[in-house]
Amino acid sequence: MEKFTKISGVAAPLPLVNIDTDMIIPKQFLKTIKRSGLGVNLFDEMRFDRQGNEIADFVLNKPAYRQAQILVAGDNFGCGSSREHAPWALADFGIKAIISTSFADIFYSNCFKNGMLPIVLPQEAVDVLMKDAEKGSNARIEVDLESQTVTSSDGQSFKFDVDAFKKHCLLNGLDDIGLTMEKAKSIDSFEAKAAMERPWV
Amino acid sequence: MSPKTLYDKIWDAHVAHESEDGTCLLYIDRHLVHEVTSPQAFEGLRMAGRKVRAPEKTIAVPDHNVPTTIDRANASTMTEESRIQVEALDKNAKDFGIHYYPVSDVRQGIVHIVGPEQGWTLPGMTVVCGDSHTATHGAFGSLAHGIGTSEVEHVLATQTLIQKKSKNMKVEITGKLRPGVTAKDITLSVIGATGTAGGTGYVIEYCGEAIRDLSMEGRMTVCNMAIEGGARAGLIAPDEKTFEYVKGRPHAPKGAAWEAAMAYWQTLFTDEGAHFDKVITIKGEDIAPVVTWGTSPEDVLPITATVPAPESFKGGKVEAAQRSLDYMGLTAGQKLTDIEIDTVFIGSCTNGRIEDLRAAAEILKGKKIKVKRAMVVPGSGLVRAQAEEEGLADIFKEAGFEWRLAGCSMCLAMNPDQLSEGERCASTSNRNFEGRQGYKGRTHLVSPAMAAAAAITGHLTDVREMM
Ligand code: SF4
Repeated sequence: MEKFTKISGVAAPLPLVNIDTDMIIPKQFLKTIKRSGLGVNLFDEMRFDRQGNEIADFVLNKPAYRQAQILVAGDNFGCGSSREHAPWALADFGIKAIISTSFADIFYSNCFKNGMLPIVLPQEAVDVLMKDAEKGSNARIEVDLESQTVTSSDGQSFKFDVDAFKKHCLLNGLDDIGLTMEKAKSIDSFEAKAAMERPWV
Repeated sequence: MSPKTLYDKIWDAHVAHESEDGTCLLYIDRHLVHEVTSPQAFEGLRMAGRKVRAPEKTIAVPDHNVPTTIDRANASTMTEESRIQVEALDKNAKDFGIHYYPVSDVRQGIVHIVGPEQGWTLPGMTVVCGDSHTATHGAFGSLAHGIGTSEVEHVLATQTLIQKKSKNMKVEITGKLRPGVTAKDITLSVIGATGTAGGTGYVIEYCGEAIRDLSMEGRMTVCNMAIEGGARAGLIAPDEKTFEYVKGRPHAPKGAAWEAAMAYWQTLFTDEGAHFDKVITIKGEDIAPVVTWGTSPEDVLPITATVPAPESFKGGKVEAAQRSLDYMGLTAGQKLTDIEIDTVFIGSCTNGRIEDLRAAAEILKGKKIKVKRAMVVPGSGLVRAQAEEEGLADIFKEAGFEWRLAGCSMCLAMNPDQLSEGERCASTSNRNFEGRQGYKGRTHLVSPAMAAAAAITGHLTDVREMM
């Protein structure tokens, strides 16, 4: 997995609340058996009309935001299904961090597995960054995972929380499975104990 | 010992490793797998040369993509891409030696219906699946999480999940339900009250007289939609009804193992005085048959209400509500019962069980539908067989419903069962998101009885008037 340390990039404003996984990647694109290549279908039904033409006023179609690396979104981003296709599509498009007041649980943990950082900030901070994002490509927002700060283009800094283990994995690009397998002994002994205590499982 | 919640007890019994920062490896007792969220996980195992650690605890069934038309044995009913996904699951199940119910098997169906039906889901277990509605299994007092594909791969390889403990939330539904009010109305009303993010960070335990009074089917409906309230999982403590349901299922314990299991299962309840971080109480008698008017499951109102004005909301919800009304083609102030329906869909892991079909058939008996199309998609081949035996299939067919084979079908419209642009559906499924049931399709979530009532009148209808 790619390491995540610090980025400075254009942020696209998406002020809607409850942006769900069906909006992020509609189900017709879930039929793939690969992880890559979903970026072209990110937000498909909001981004393209039925003929496949771009809908000009959707934010990611505007020239200023075509290279956006950050999304600033309304509350409860990523609600809905567990489909990892949603973070895959975002990552494939080039999004590296998403800022909102809250995220749906499964989506939130899926982001970390794909080298993306979801950032939860209070409403006031999100409002400031949303305004900043609206300024277009001249306004670059900086995200620094090491120091856990987001800084707006005019220098306002906001501190965010992130789980220490998740941060460690993201900073070092670590693969969860490899890490867990190092603990195989604990799993073995748990299994042995459980087989005694709950043999019917 | 300090008193524990049901969640605390199941959690504690499954921690295989705990790091200093509280990150745990939670041992997984049952891993359910379907064709859409698993191919990349199996591919990952192959690439790393890894095996499935506990194939005997891993169960796969194709459901999301499979056609539900009678002619589905004919490969041409599936799109090329869907066929590839189903074939990938066939192959992965075989290569990795996991339990499998192929499309041709009468036990095939929606993964969350098949698990309990076959006795894979038992009280006190941890259950995961690459599907958010895994919460369904919480009805048995098992801790059931939906997970992403990377986590599917993690569980396949290690039989554990990296987790931090969630907070405890209690949702109590007191007293009795009024006639015409069902489990679906309970679960939608809870989401209406808490919002779709209200449960974020929590595991919910549903309790109270109205929950106890529900059948296992009803309890599964309630837990199924815990995820729509944002919760990590929903739980209901097991009781006599649970044990009765589980007993004799193909993979339930038997003989002495049953006795040992029962002794343990009877300890699975929240201790007196245990701490909950959040408590919500709703009076059963205050719950009405409800419908959704918007494009979020929190957009819930009693059927007797009118479409709300966007200005009546706060913050970002004003814009979202306006967008919903535009999308749904509704105007503020319109009576919900005046909304005309084109299509009725009865099925899904929320309401595709035998009791759901009985409730709908009860309303439909001897009547004809007025909507353009209506379909019943039983949740599994066995539900379908039982409904045929009970004569329910005939009631549906005589009323004008299509009688389908098992699968997810129009719940997410990955197979050909889709709404067309602007088509309006009364659906017993769980999500009314934009495009969920088809591009620009319009979804109103309802209970099976309410769906049947709408089918007969051609518009959203208060089922109590037909009882
Ligand atoms: S029926 Fe719907 S919600 Fe349930 S598993 Fe299938 S697609 Fe998901």
